[in-house]
Amino acid sequence: MTTPSSDQQPVLEAKGLVKRFGNVVGLAGVDLELYPDEVLAIIGDNGAGKSTLIKCLSGAHVPDAGEILVNGERVEFENPQDARRAGIETVYQNLAVSPALDIASNLYLGREERLPGFRGNVLRMLDKRGMRRRAQDQVQALGITTLQSMTQAVETLSGGQRQAVGVARSAAFGSKVVILDEPTAALGVRETAQVLRLVKDMRDQGLPVIIISHDMPAVFEVADRIQVQRLGRRAAVITPESHTPAEAVAIMTGAVEAA
Amino acid sequence: MTEVLTQDRESDTVAQRIHHLLHGHPALSPALVLVISMIVFSILNDRFLAPQNLSLVVQQVAVIGALAVGQTLIILTSGIDLSVGALMLLATMVGAKTASVNGLPGPLALMVGLGVGVAAGLFNGILVTRLKLPPFIVTLGTLNVFTALMLLYSSGASVRGADMPELMTWTGTVITLGDVRITTGVIMMIGLYAVMSFALSQTAWGRHVYAVGDDAESARLSGISVRRVLLSVYVTAGATFALAGWILMGRINAASPNAGVDANLDSITAVVIGGTSLFGGRGVLWGSLIGALIVGVFRNGLSLAGLDVLYQTLAVGILVIIAVAVDQWIRKERA
Repeated sequence: MTTPSSDQQPVLEAKGLVKRFGNVVGLAGVDLELYPDEVLAIIGDNGAGKSTLIKCLSGAHVPDAGEILVNGERVEFENPQDARRAGIETVYQNLAVSPALDIASNLYLGREERLPGFRGNVLRMLDKRGMRRRAQDQVQALGITTLQSMTQAVETLSGGQRQAVGVARSAAFGSKVVILDEPTAALGVRETAQVLRLVKDMRDQGLPVIIISHDMPAVFEVADRIQVQRLGRRAAVITPESHTPAEAVAIMTGAVEAA
Repeated sequence: MTEVLTQDRESDTVAQRIHHLLHGHPALSPALVLVISMIVFSILNDRFLAPQNLSLVVQQVAVIGALAVGQTLIILTSGIDLSVGALMLLATMVGAKTASVNGLPGPLALMVGLGVGVAAGLFNGILVTRLKLPPFIVTLGTLNVFTALMLLYSSGASVRGADMPELMTWTGTVITLGDVRITTGVIMMIGLYAVMSFALSQTAWGRHVYAVGDDAESARLSGISVRRVLLSVYVTAGATFALAGWILMGRINAASPNAGVDANLDSITAVVIGGTSLFGGRGVLWGSLIGALIVGVFRNGLSLAGLDVLYQTLAVGILVIIAVAVDQWIRKERA
């Protein structure tokens, strides 16, 4: 676990993000820093701006004001593809998987690889075997043992396995940052533990992770730092060591002003 | 997790195993139905399996089979096209009249027909993707629009094969192989299946067609341009409907505004019986050819068995309901 120091440059940084929806203020000037080799959790009540913040970082929303920096360089994300090109991969809450397609096809969905030469360039044939093999390698490199056959249809998988597919996809293609939106929602105890282990593995392999969650025990288990959102602002940044879950909830709900 | 899965497999009931098999191979049940029905009809009448008779069935199926190619593409994206028959006839009549009245050479007249098919498909596609109207409503509207345009343009009159360049009815040319008599139109239809099947199963475009039909929002978040995929599907389908029109001209040796009135529903019937899910994202193109053949075999077999034509319609109706019921069962996730 690392404690970010001021001399480290954040991989991903947001400064004064503002996002309005008509009269509703989703984000009222939010800052965020994600440092290398850390898991940053974002917690907050409903309407605190968690999802809006994440959508700005992943290109799904365009902020009205403020700036986003990747490795210190200012970026503008017009759509999710822009963020993806900058190395930021997001696993959405609804997972964005195609149930009828198999695991390998889902991992490569939207960025399929073609065969070399005539078959790929002219006939535009997919390199199915290659993608399957690389998918298997990626899944193994992440230490995911729950996904056996890459040709299994995603709809035959359990909730935890599907989450693993989403995480594997983001880890495989996210070169800088992986964002997970409520990865443990609707998962059982055992499956939650598997997903949390995956998150730690990604961090240990040098891929910083942002995780949004309502699940306090999960957050306190996996996060290095916790950003508490409240009413569209950053209320506090705490660590699992400095605060208890109960104290975090108190900041979240406004019962306690953050120190 | 692994142990749990293995345990599941071992305790599978027979029904679960069948469910699993059909899930993985959607064309399996229609293929079985085709084989069984052929066995039954050959017992009922020994003329059924005669090469001449089977050749006839395949020829009768050629037009619906070709239409089912485009219809399958659209249904895979969880759409539906009610305008197929009207679109085919519009393309056919425009092609035929430019050849007979305006004296366009055969190849050019065919290109004009193909162009009309593509344009009509594009029109459907634009309404679906830009105005975000449900495909059912769009094509219900264009069914009437295309029919009216076709009748206005052709004044409701047929064009005889003799009044057109030979190329227009070339698809009716019979090729004899022993007792088997097939037409070039049949070969063209099978070629259409081969090409589209390849595109669907081997290219990224094919994957995207399935992904869009499966879950359009997930496809979008995965970086697929849903709108572009849908538009390409409607345009490609329009082209196949125009080609089906060419096959039709060869089959009836004319271009008639009254041909193919049942084509709309028959093409949907073939796709559904062929195991493609009306909810999109699931199905195999070849299944639609099997579906078209099943309908052809039932019609032919029942008439050889000496039953009234109405029984054929009855049988096809029951088949459709059974096919959709099987699809619903297959789609259910494993308990």
